[in-house]
Amino acid sequence: MNAAHESEVHEALRAVVARSHGRLVASLARSGRDLSAAEDALADALREALEQWPVLGVPREPEAWLWTVSRRRLLDRARRDTVRRGAAEALLASFDREPSPLELGEVVSSDVIPDERLALLFVCAHPAIDPSVRTPLMLQTVLGLDAGKIASAFLVAPATMGQRLVRAKTKIRDAGIPFEVPVRRDWPERLGSVLEAIYAAYGTGWDELGVDARQADLSREAITLARLVVHLLPDEAEAHGLLALLLFCESRRAARRVDGRYVPLDAQEVARWDFGAIDEAFAEVDEAARRAHLGRFQLEALVQAMHARRRFGEAVDWDGLAALYAAIVRVTPTLGAHVAQAAVVGRARSPREGIALLASLAAAHPTEVARYQPYHATLAALLEAAGDGVAAAEARTRAIGLTEDPAVRAWLTRG
Amino acid sequence: MKFAIIILESASDFASRQNERAPAYWEAWKAYMAALNEAGIPNGGAALQAPETATVVRVADGRRLVQDGPYADTKEQLGGFLTIDVPDLDQALHWAALCPAASSGAVEVRPVLPMM
Repeated sequence: MNAAHESEVHEALRAVVARSHGRLVASLARSGRDLSAAEDALADALREALEQWPVLGVPREPEAWLWTVSRRRLLDRARRDTVRRGAAEALLASFDREPSPLELGEVVSSDVIPDERLALLFVCAHPAIDPSVRTPLMLQTVLGLDAGKIASAFLVAPATMGQRLVRAKTKIRDAGIPFEVPVRRDWPERLGSVLEAIYAAYGTGWDELGVDARQADLSREAITLARLVVHLLPDEAEAHGLLALLLFCESRRAARRVDGRYVPLDAQEVARWDFGAIDEAFAEVDEAARRAHLGRFQLEALVQAMHARRRFGEAVDWDGLAALYAAIVRVTPTLGAHVAQAAVVGRARSPREGIALLASLAAAHPTEVARYQPYHATLAALLEAAGDGVAAAEARTRAIGLTEDPAVRAWLTRG
Repeated sequence: MKFAIIILESASDFASRQNERAPAYWEAWKAYMAALNEAGIPNGGAALQAPETATVVRVADGRRLVQDGPYADTKEQLGGFLTIDVPDLDQALHWAALCPAASSGAVEVRPVLPMM
């Protein structure tokens, strides 16, 4: 190897972290179930790379180099840590089962690094982990995002997010959460939690009125995670469904805001949609359908697919959408699903029928509905379509009062 | 890996130990313990008398304060605990869910702190 320029080293390291953070951390954490120790060891290895690569040159297999150094640092730390004496023996035992420790600088293939990312995803979304920290945990351990960036997306102080992540990792280490892919019998629930956590990273609502611009940064990370699950579990229909759903949503990013103004879905200019993402999303919908195992994310992706057909110059099939929503509210009877169903029924049949659905929803969940912005926004639109201007204005005022997003507020207050 | 299965029972569970539901209550526990033993899972622990029999002690400024009590006045009360030795949390949760108290009260699972 020859000496490398510093900027070349930085670039190489950035690329390795972007590509392989999850794979390195997952394989390092597995035997000790200790994500913090794995991340610390990788940080040590990255520091050493910063010192040595400018002299030695960038290794031909940078992942293998980092993995080898990280494993040594992990072992060093475990030996030093008298409280966790057992960890060193466990590590040594696991190293014995794997290819023998590699010499630095030796050209070895990155293929020797076991891919434990699927196990890591299941660990992050384990039912014993607080649901609110599952998504941040995935973003940090699988993708290598720093706590500060995650904190700003979740609207909490970086120190608070840091503490939550540390607490979750301590629980994984000490509570005995298995670092394994669960048995098939438990999949419906367990894989569901993994997909939910990825969906939460994307952070979009059902009807796009709830889209939060502060979450936008994470949308590409969520798509990366969804792609990873599809890559690791190609036979899972719902994994394809989730990726399709996210791609459809992402394809409309540029059309959703024009000059800072909010544009509702059916008023969006098709030319502003990302056709590449739409094509890929349709392909994923087909992949999912081939597995003949319908679920929540596929249904939502199908809703998006029906809107996306405008790309081919087709009108939106409101009756088809109403039928889809009838299925969706049976599978996931959330407030958001019921409100979206009312909006679609209001278009497909009559505004009065949509209003009637909203009325029965309000009767069943009065307190939740009172502070749910999409409910009031949808009610306002339906009342307006029904010609009841006075009641529509009242509902719109409630919707405006519950809106955090200035662009949506501006759209609701338009003349 | 050793886990404690902490059994939290409702007032009605405690009553079931000696009223007309007692045969069903004890049979469920006997069957559960038999299943644990049949699976070859090392276990230990103890069942406790009802919370009314509890007394709480504190020592403050060298003075002993004794109070009638259980410690916490909650809807479910500590009814006993088990320790089991299984490979990981998922298996501990499996056995916790089979525990009769899981369907009438609650069961808390915690790893046992290994002693050096």
